[in-house]
Amino acid sequence: MTQAEALKEYLLRLADSDMILGQRLCELCGKAPALEEEMALMNVALDLVGQARNWYEYAAELIDDGRDADKLAFRRDAHDYRNLLLTEQPNEDYAVTMGRQFFFDVYHYFTLKSLTESSDERIAGIAAKALKEATYHLRRSSEWVKRLGDGTEESHRRMQEAIDILWRFTGELITPDDTDRVMAEAGIGPDPDQLAKDWRGMVNEVLTQATLTPGAEDAWMYMGGKHGEHTEHLGFILAEMQFLQRAYPDATTW
Amino acid sequence: MPQHGDSDSRSAVDILIASDRVPANARPDLLTEDDIWALLEEVKDPEVPAVSVVELGIVRAVHWDGKELSIDVTPTYSGCPATELIEELITEALRAAGFRDPKIKQVLTPAWTTDWITDEGKEKLRAFGIAPPEGSSSKMSLLGEPEVIACPHCGSKDTERVSEFGSTACKALYRCKECLEPFDYFKCI
Ligand SMILES: [Zn+2]
Repeated sequence: MTQAEALKEYLLRLADSDMILGQRLCELCGKAPALEEEMALMNVALDLVGQARNWYEYAAELIDDGRDADKLAFRRDAHDYRNLLLTEQPNEDYAVTMGRQFFFDVYHYFTLKSLTESSDERIAGIAAKALKEATYHLRRSSEWVKRLGDGTEESHRRMQEAIDILWRFTGELITPDDTDRVMAEAGIGPDPDQLAKDWRGMVNEVLTQATLTPGAEDAWMYMGGKHGEHTEHLGFILAEMQFLQRAYPDATTW
Repeated sequence: MPQHGDSDSRSAVDILIASDRVPANARPDLLTEDDIWALLEEVKDPEVPAVSVVELGIVRAVHWDGKELSIDVTPTYSGCPATELIEELITEALRAAGFRDPKIKQVLTPAWTTDWITDEGKEKLRAFGIAPPEGSSSKMSLLGEPEVIACPHCGSKDTERVSEFGSTACKALYRCKECLEPFDYFKCI
């Protein structure tokens, strides 16, 4: 794989994970457990969709086949999507919603932090902006994990269940493939070993404070999102997200 | 129903309408960069109309050579939905002053920070009922305690955070335990 190919692939991964998690969070609009939570969830979703747009715009320039950011987001099928499997998992109860957010936020925070020092200036610029937002996301989701984990008997039980359900999707966050390695070697993407170490360190720290037990490091993990092999959920997300753009292609006025 | 418009003809119409807005007697060629900055001071943030886009630090640079005008702007948050509207408002204000074809350039680097909000802007935020950002963005702790924020209504520091996220991307929601009023806090980033 050439560095140019890896870069396009890597940008799509960053964009798609932001986009899909943002879309998942938007499903809670009008249905969140409290007004403050609704505002927070929609704010986080908005940040993620905005970041996705920045990554898509850069990806579109490099792919250079006439597709713009919107076409990359709304006209690709599930097997072309490169998002992490974790981000497409359903919202379920609030423990799962916040557990998913927390695992992603830790990964996102350390990834972006490293990308601010990327040898690719455009990436460093987008990441510097996104990191400020991701820091707030992580602060909030880690607080929720602690509050629920170290809360009542029921909140603890449900938060632990959420950790157990989601754990199988976390391996993908910190297991590098060829693309990740090419990016790291070029000084564009994060060092995979450091990312894994940072992710485990913070996850363990927060889960310990939350009186929760992480899964085993050698647990069997679902992988494949980065290569377009998704769980059954992604197709449904895209069907809803892409409906309008597919039904009225190239419409300029809604 | 959405219209399947031809984007080229549409933009031509846009330009025609826009050029109609330019006053016939305007002499933008007589204006200096300082005048343009003063003009932009009149453009308010659509979500926080108490402060201008200059006071918020959204306008980063003005390039004017007597013929071509281009303005560098930076979004506050990656997904700030007001970004496009702000660019339109700036364009409109410039056209009203006689600039036929002002260019707006979006710059992401360096990333916007609340440190760029002017002292005057901070005072205006407070008068508007929004607590301005406290301290420097570089000192923000990751997992630590939230900062102590003074109530913009009564000045009390006995306040509590209700939500890290408020009515817009840039604000958090607080409550004053002294005067019992809720208030927005302009988050430090
Ligand atoms: Zn007060």
